[in-house]
Amino acid sequence: MIDYRTLDVPGPTITDLSRPFWEAAARGRLTIQHCTSCNRGVFYPRPLCPHCWADALEWRDASGKGTLTSFSQIWKPGHPGWLPAVPYYVGLVQLSEGPTMLSHIVDERRSIRVGDQLVFKSVPTGSRILPFFHKI
Amino acid sequence: MRHMSPRAALAGIGELKPERNTHGVTTMELLMRVSAEAIADAGVAPQEIDGLLVGPQVGETPQHVPATVAEYFGMQPSMSNMVDLGGASGPGMIWRAAAAIAAGQCETVLCVIGNHRNMPPPRSPNRNPAREFDTPFGASGANTSYALLMQAHMAAYGCRAEDYAAIAAGSRSNAQNNDKAIFHGKPASVEEVLASPLVASPLHLFEIVMPVAGADAVIVTTAEKAARLRHPPVFLNGAGEKITHRAVSQAPSLTSGPLKPSISRALAQAGMRIQDIDFLSLYDCYTIMVAATIEDAGLCAPGKFAEWLKDNGGMSCEARQPINTHGGQLGFGQPDLAGGMTHVVEAVRQIRGTAPNRQIKNCRSALVTGNGATMSEAVVLVLGADL
Ligand SMILES: [Zn+2]
Repeated sequence: MIDYRTLDVPGPTITDLSRPFWEAAARGRLTIQHCTSCNRGVFYPRPLCPHCWADALEWRDASGKGTLTSFSQIWKPGHPGWLPAVPYYVGLVQLSEGPTMLSHIVDERRSIRVGDQLVFKSVPTGSRILPFFHKI
Repeated sequence: MRHMSPRAALAGIGELKPERNTHGVTTMELLMRVSAEAIADAGVAPQEIDGLLVGPQVGETPQHVPATVAEYFGMQPSMSNMVDLGGASGPGMIWRAAAAIAAGQCETVLCVIGNHRNMPPPRSPNRNPAREFDTPFGASGANTSYALLMQAHMAAYGCRAEDYAAIAAGSRSNAQNNDKAIFHGKPASVEEVLASPLVASPLHLFEIVMPVAGADAVIVTTAEKAARLRHPPVFLNGAGEKITHRAVSQAPSLTSGPLKPSISRALAQAGMRIQDIDFLSLYDCYTIMVAATIEDAGLCAPGKFAEWLKDNGGMSCEARQPINTHGGQLGFGQPDLAGGMTHVVEAVRQIRGTAPNRQIKNCRSALVTGNGATMSEAVVLVLGADL
């Protein structure tokens, strides 16, 4: 099991719009936007709701639970900074609030399947703390 | 020269107040706010926008700009493009919008252009959503995206690794008839495809196009003028386009893509059924792309591409509906963005009847598919020997 803190990998360039998401992750919480006009979850962050275009988005803590809709075990990463971690898993997580996010899936037993129930976990990675997921 | 058909009208406008410094706001945020103004001014619903023309966004989104904007806006246009004509880009969008409407590809086009001005400029200017919300988790590059699409397809339908590998083997086999192909002289069996290294499971190395240098070009003119030129003309009888998203995480479906409505529109314009098509020139960046396209074209039920291919007699010029006779990009090599044009060029050769070593008997029509980003940008052409 690699210590993700030792990786030198590209992170986000945090803006005013995206700051609540990344700062919450650093504090161990998963927070996403919610549209109070059409009552839908929104991920990634936008200035207006991409479903109904209302100027009615607010940040709400998510349950941190989701379903794995696909995954890949990466042997040749797109960025060389991830080479020390190969093979590792990335996956698509459909959050219980609706939207799907891509994340890193921690699975030391290497037994993940499409349909698995996942839970969010903040993991120090390089110089940041990122929202990863693992099996319940 | 003919006169322009006077059908398009400018129905809504938006404009943001200029600022010397946008203090970290992204271009995408500015574009969404100004578009909301124009949409409200026109009195249309955002869902009525089915055409999207955007300007270049130097730094922030280097590639796939229209798809990135469409995804951010929650839109799925059936015509989209980036107009890169410097200061002439804005007016350049307007007549292109009118031309797309006249061509029957869309009805209501949003033309939007703008840029942030962050002083001092950020150290890493690339801040589009795929870079910001996928790359940090160890997912970057097309291999990961198509691996995720393939895994979802396998999980949904129970297709086996050898089903997809047969597409790579068939492409390599076709490449043996094309001495231009990068894999000419290098066939690969299904077993050899499966023995090639895993790059991103379930994708093996031989299921992924090899990047090469190259270029393709095509001359388009009027049917009248083409009739006076050297070759029998190849006519464009139908077209379809659809953009659904940019990042694989935002895909409305992982097993079916925007090629499905694009193929339907192109065939309807041409007045043809998919079974009438003599040659399938299908975009093949990965094996899964061909599998999904066969299914999205309605040639078989979802998950049944392997059985259909077997019934079809494989992919060669002798097959019932031959596929990618030049070897496809899997056999020919992918000359970067020209890869998609190789499928047009081969279709012209086949319809002209001049495909060396691999001519399909009496080839009168072809379906050409183009695909971009994460099975998210689709263009389809129906080409024919007859108008
Ligand atoms: Zn909404």
